[in-house]
Amino acid sequence: MAIQTLTRDIFDVKDLNLWYGDHHALKGINFPIQKKEVTAMIGPSGCGKSTFLKTLNLMNKMIPSVKITGEVNFDGQNILNPKTDLVELRKHVGMVFQKGNPFPQSIFDNVAYGPRIHGIKKKKHLDEIVTKALMDVALWDEVKDRLSAPALGLSGGQQQRLCIARALATKPDVLLMDEPTSALDPISTLKIEELIFELKEKYTIVIVTHNMQQAARVSDKTAFFLMGELIECDDTAKIFSMPKDSRTEDYITGRFG
Amino acid sequence: MNSKTADRIATGAFIAIAIIIVSILAGLFFYIFINGLKYISFDFLTTPSSNVRAGGGIRDQLFNSFYILFITMLITVPIGIGGGIYMAEYAKPGKVTDLIRTCIEVLSSLPSIVIGMFGLLVFVNTTGWGYTILGGALALTVFNLPTMVRTTEDAIRAVPRDLKEASLALGITHWHTIKTVILPTAFPSILTGAILASGRVFGEAAALLFTAGLSTPRLDYANWNPFSEQSPLNIFRPAETLAVHIWSVNTQGLIPDVEAVSSGSAAVLVISVLIFNLGARWIGSIIHKRVTATK
Repeated sequence: MAIQTLTRDIFDVKDLNLWYGDHHALKGINFPIQKKEVTAMIGPSGCGKSTFLKTLNLMNKMIPSVKITGEVNFDGQNILNPKTDLVELRKHVGMVFQKGNPFPQSIFDNVAYGPRIHGIKKKKHLDEIVTKALMDVALWDEVKDRLSAPALGLSGGQQQRLCIARALATKPDVLLMDEPTSALDPISTLKIEELIFELKEKYTIVIVTHNMQQAARVSDKTAFFLMGELIECDDTAKIFSMPKDSRTEDYITGRFG
Repeated sequence: MNSKTADRIATGAFIAIAIIIVSILAGLFFYIFINGLKYISFDFLTTPSSNVRAGGGIRDQLFNSFYILFITMLITVPIGIGGGIYMAEYAKPGKVTDLIRTCIEVLSSLPSIVIGMFGLLVFVNTTGWGYTILGGALALTVFNLPTMVRTTEDAIRAVPRDLKEASLALGITHWHTIKTVILPTAFPSILTGAILASGRVFGEAAALLFTAGLSTPRLDYANWNPFSEQSPLNIFRPAETLAVHIWSVNTQGLIPDVEAVSSGSAAVLVISVLIFNLGARWIGSIIHKRVTATK
């Protein structure tokens, strides 16, 4: 913990290598991620950015052929240690997926799902958590009169915000977002981006995006991935104005990808 | 022939096939009801059957059918769903899993008379129980279980993967995810599987001939003690079901009104299956709506 007081890194990734069977998907990644900042990861399809994101909460352990080496330190603990409690880790590191994936339950039950299973039984306490989470994602005014309605009846953008609320309800420290707006219309996208801006007051956010303008708009730091390597990671303003690596420049100016 | 004509012919062919299927079903129902409905009366449903005299009813056979169904499903549903969960969520793909799956498929396609003989050897003779409801239920379980496992596995596999990921990413354990997200989502298909399995139980005669027997002791419906010989709830008594009754009066019946009893029984059996099917679906949809919060 002594180290933690010196740095603001919540994640410290060292020499991370990952294979899917024979495919070397991540190659020697070194990447510190700072607390209460938005870190965006950009790069062409198949560059490993989503794989990297899913390593931070070990979701890619679901794939049977996966092999991971190196260190992924979360709050000073290497989560690649086989003894890591995945349930505990994922309570602290929440995730939002590409497509809104609410459970086929009511709006209230979706948000209350995590807290309920993690042991909160009192109706009043659950009400508070659900209200707060829905307010945090600016969905409260739209759904407060129909909390018992099915979540699948919401629009795509509302579903995605509901999923963010569902992730927030378990009180994570970090929120991982895997292309959260790629299936949304421009107005819903704008709402989610505004939301990211507000959420970074309280949460560390790591976002994968295909959209470079989005990375430029919402993030503090930007990391550029290519062919499984982390090419460059710096302040977003620097990456987009004067990247050090010529490949980064080629990508952000649209010469490939 | 241009593609428009082909399209029209294909549409016509499929409509014709649908009409054939529906008319077979309608014809069958019509025949059974025309022949049987006139024999169904309150007396027919509430008097015990007779071996020699005319005018016997089917009270006990009707009760036995439902009771054996109930006992069978009590064994089949939990084990079948458990097996399906294992196959879909826990079994690692490989030779052993493939072998298990093949065994399940072979088991479900065994002729029911063979299962009846197996039941006679194991549940009747080896256990020393004689002809019993439990023996019959276990025999029926043997060929119902594979169907139940298979439909549960398919139903679970059809649940979108992102729902499972969403739950796991919230720090929910695998078991809780199965219990609270996967099973409720798969519920309608699992229910359909259970209803199909039940239909087989209702109609089954061959597997029950040698396991639940061809007779029913004198029953006292006021006696609810499941250990009493006269109690209808006793699972260690012989029990002739409706389907077996139809077979036995037709092949070895001494009663003068064979035609009446068997036609009436057939109609009652079909109506029971219909009521059970619709009832199960209705209850199932209420449960599903409650869980998924849809109106």
